Amino acid sequence: MKLPEVIEPEPMATLNYLNNGHGLASWLLTRDHKRIALLYLAAITVFFFIGGMFAFLIRIELLTPAGDVMTAENYNKMFTMHGVVMVFFFLIPSIPAVLGNFFIPIMIGAKDLAFPRINLLSWYIYILGGIFTLTAALSGGVDTGWTFYTPYSTAAANSHVITAALGVFITGFSSILTGLNFIVTTHRMRAPGMTWFRVPLFVWAHYATSLIFILGTPVIAITVLLVGVERVLHFGIFDPALGGDPILFQHLFWFYSHPAVYIMILPAMGVISEVVQAYARKNVFGYSFIAFSSLAIAIIGFLVWGHHIFVAGQSVYAGMIFSVISYIVAVPSAIKVFNWTATIYRGSISLDSPMLYAFGFIGLFTIGGLTGLFLAAMGFDIHVHDTYFVVAHFHYIMVGGAIMGYLGGLHYWWPKITGKMYSESWAKFAALLVFVGFNLTFFPQFLVGYLGMPRRYHMYPPEFQVFNVLSTAGATVLAVGYLLPMVYFTYSIFKGATAPANPWGAKGLEWEIPSPPPTENFAVTPIVTHGTHQYAPSKEVGVV
Amino acid sequence: MASNNGHHIAPISLYLSVFAALMVGTILTVVVAKFDLGPLNNILMLAIACSKALLVVLFFMHVRWGTRLTWVVAGSGFFWLLILFTLTMSDYMSRGWVEGTLR
Amino acid sequence: MSDGYPQAPTSGLPGRMAIHGGGNPHDGHSHPHHPKLQHHFDDMAQQAEASTLGMWVFLVTEIMFFGGLFMAYLLYRYRSPEGFAEASNHLNVIWGAVNTIVLIVSSLTMALAVRSAQTSARPKVQIGWLVATMVLGAAFLGVKAIEYADKFEHHLVPGPNFRWEGTYSAAAEQFYSLYFCMTGLHALHMVIGLGIMLVITAMAWRRQFDATYYTPVEVAGLYWHFVDIVWIFLFPLLYLIGYHYGAH
Repeated sequence: MKLPEVIEPEPMATLNYLNNGHGLASWLLTRDHKRIALLYLAAITVFFFIGGMFAFLIRIELLTPAGDVMTAENYNKMFTMHGVVMVFFFLIPSIPAVLGNFFIPIMIGAKDLAFPRINLLSWYIYILGGIFTLTAALSGGVDTGWTFYTPYSTAAANSHVITAALGVFITGFSSILTGLNFIVTTHRMRAPGMTWFRVPLFVWAHYATSLIFILGTPVIAITVLLVGVERVLHFGIFDPALGGDPILFQHLFWFYSHPAVYIMILPAMGVISEVVQAYARKNVFGYSFIAFSSLAIAIIGFLVWGHHIFVAGQSVYAGMIFSVISYIVAVPSAIKVFNWTATIYRGSISLDSPMLYAFGFIGLFTIGGLTGLFLAAMGFDIHVHDTYFVVAHFHYIMVGGAIMGYLGGLHYWWPKITGKMYSESWAKFAALLVFVGFNLTFFPQFLVGYLGMPRRYHMYPPEFQVFNVLSTAGATVLAVGYLLPMVYFTYSIFKGATAPANPWGAKGLEWEIPSPPPTENFAVTPIVTHGTHQYAPSKEVGVV
Repeated sequence: MASNNGHHIAPISLYLSVFAALMVGTILTVVVAKFDLGPLNNILMLAIACSKALLVVLFFMHVRWGTRLTWVVAGSGFFWLLILFTLTMSDYMSRGWVEGTLR
Repeated sequence: MSDGYPQAPTSGLPGRMAIHGGGNPHDGHSHPHHPKLQHHFDDMAQQAEASTLGMWVFLVTEIMFFGGLFMAYLLYRYRSPEGFAEASNHLNVIWGAVNTIVLIVSSLTMALAVRSAQTSARPKVQIGWLVATMVLGAAFLGVKAIEYADKFEHHLVPGPNFRWEGTYSAAAEQFYSLYFCMTGLHALHMVIGLGIMLVITAMAWRRQFDATYYTPVEVAGLYWHFVDIVWIFLFPLLYLIGYHYGAH
């Protein structure tokens, strides 16, 4: 099996999706999924930094035990806005709207998604939702927690709840339209010969994610709508004073918000599946197991939401059911971790920055996932519910997992998206900072949470200070790690080396078209005769 | 050019029959509701409503002649609702089953 | 492509053999196609299948959207079945039944509208069925307006002005909260449906639909039938649960 031949870099002057049409209108009215992906990239990056700024303020307050930087009410607003912005405006859209939008059509050999105009509409809806949410933040903030628990959110909190809830409601439709587009595209737009089991695992991951978009998002939509109805019209749905049931809110809220965490992790897992193959130069181990595990995670993930309500008054028997199923849902994730490990084993590994992020993902996601199992045990959860243990658990998954997946994917596909190479040494350094900073930030939180420090408090007993100082120090390192890519990616656009079509020697339809791709992706619709990832095991290169 | 994209064209008589069945179902559900049949009231009401919905889905919405994918998509929506209902009610209906935990 | 053109694909194809790569009639290739074919699709069949699948996926989201309200209904009715029955008695079954019949007829006219496009009927015929559907939809909304006005008059709107003369006051307020939320959301969907119908009728007026292209009518029909199905459940659940106690 011959190694990929060196491909001469193509001059940037050729027509590609970036220079095919100039001016603001050609971007803001585009139907090209690749341009829409970049519109999302810009918006998501802005929201990431806004959410990060709130995190920074939280960590500044928590440097000292006393609540001396801000009032308790303002602190409540900080963690609320941090959560709302990061969950709804960064994590949920990030990989699907940027990398999914860009690559799903290319990976299946199509010219675009099934509904290009709906794709553009989804971006505008996202922006509109974002405007509402930022308005809530700027006009005084919301202090209910991103979970909007009733009756506080419907009866007692300030009026910006409506604005923020509307922001979440509107943005939900952006997710729904994206999911709808991905599902129809994957079913109906695959190129000749591109059977389901030849499709890249990245596509499988997004298909599974889209199932959650479709089946889950509408439930939170109606839930926040009802919060608004209760606030404004005083209909008693969730407020006990009006005859409502607050646990009903929690059931409805978590019916979506638990599967939402799988929305955040499945696409990242899809990225990892692609990256480990490329940088271990090996076919993934157990392709169909990973594909089916993606579906299993999406489906079983809908059956576990009660593990958020163990101590809120839910019945013990329902708790037992949710607990058992929460253990079961870990199995497909574990299968994936084993399979990625088996892929890397005896592979021809290059430690380029995307692979560093993949390694980070596998380790940190495993820790986050295992601590999820601790929490799924009701007896343990009683002690650590609403402590920093939970905070650490979900940040290991969302930051150690999802964000690392996102960064890994951005680095892996950057040459394809922009036609430029970034500085690999700076990228490695940034990856290292992210890994070190992340662990320094969040590992102490497992410990201090176990010791009893509650979450969402702006003050704490003095014996917890050392953990918080470590955590804030880590957050500073992490922040630098996140800022660096902004710098070197931007630099690469102006001064980076021109990227060839396939800088990594990777397999996949996206690497067979120029960097950056032409607007129509393929000059001629490809006919696929084999799975797109056919790496040979490298017998001649350093196999132990 | 293909005349109808491969879509089945149902005869008008079929639509009228379905319409008649829907009307019958409506009358039936009102009549049945007038009598106190205990738990049977709910069961019959749901059965009639589901049958009417099924008729609309199969014939007016053409699922009867559609792809299997359409069946699966349509069915999954209703199935997912059942998940929401069942698991949530499993909480409410089992409260107080363990000594001392009644809310 | 770098591999050249390989041999014909094996079975399990998605069925698209459009090697020409699509494109529009103006880019100089020999394969003419329907003016309504969007360039990223290979042929009209694929476009139509994608559109109807897309609408079905959207309807699943609508099922889940209404589903949250049905969940609240399920819980509160489970908690106070007699209260809900008593409250339901104040709804006028005649109006509810009339509305049910109106919507069923409108589904029939909608199905016939789709059929008329499928069979390339004259635009006047297509428009006739579409307008009939809209008139029935508007009638539905008119009846709902009458009902809502009646509720306002009798202090049955939850909130500070709610007054209940029966036994189960709390459950009644609960019931009417759900009544207004569920029928209100449904009515909103009817209004949107009317808007969609106006657009489709305008397109029919411009003679855009025939046997080769009627997807917008079909897709609008799917939405309309869905809104009918929601009402098929709302009617017995809201209007008929206390009926055997003697209606108001």
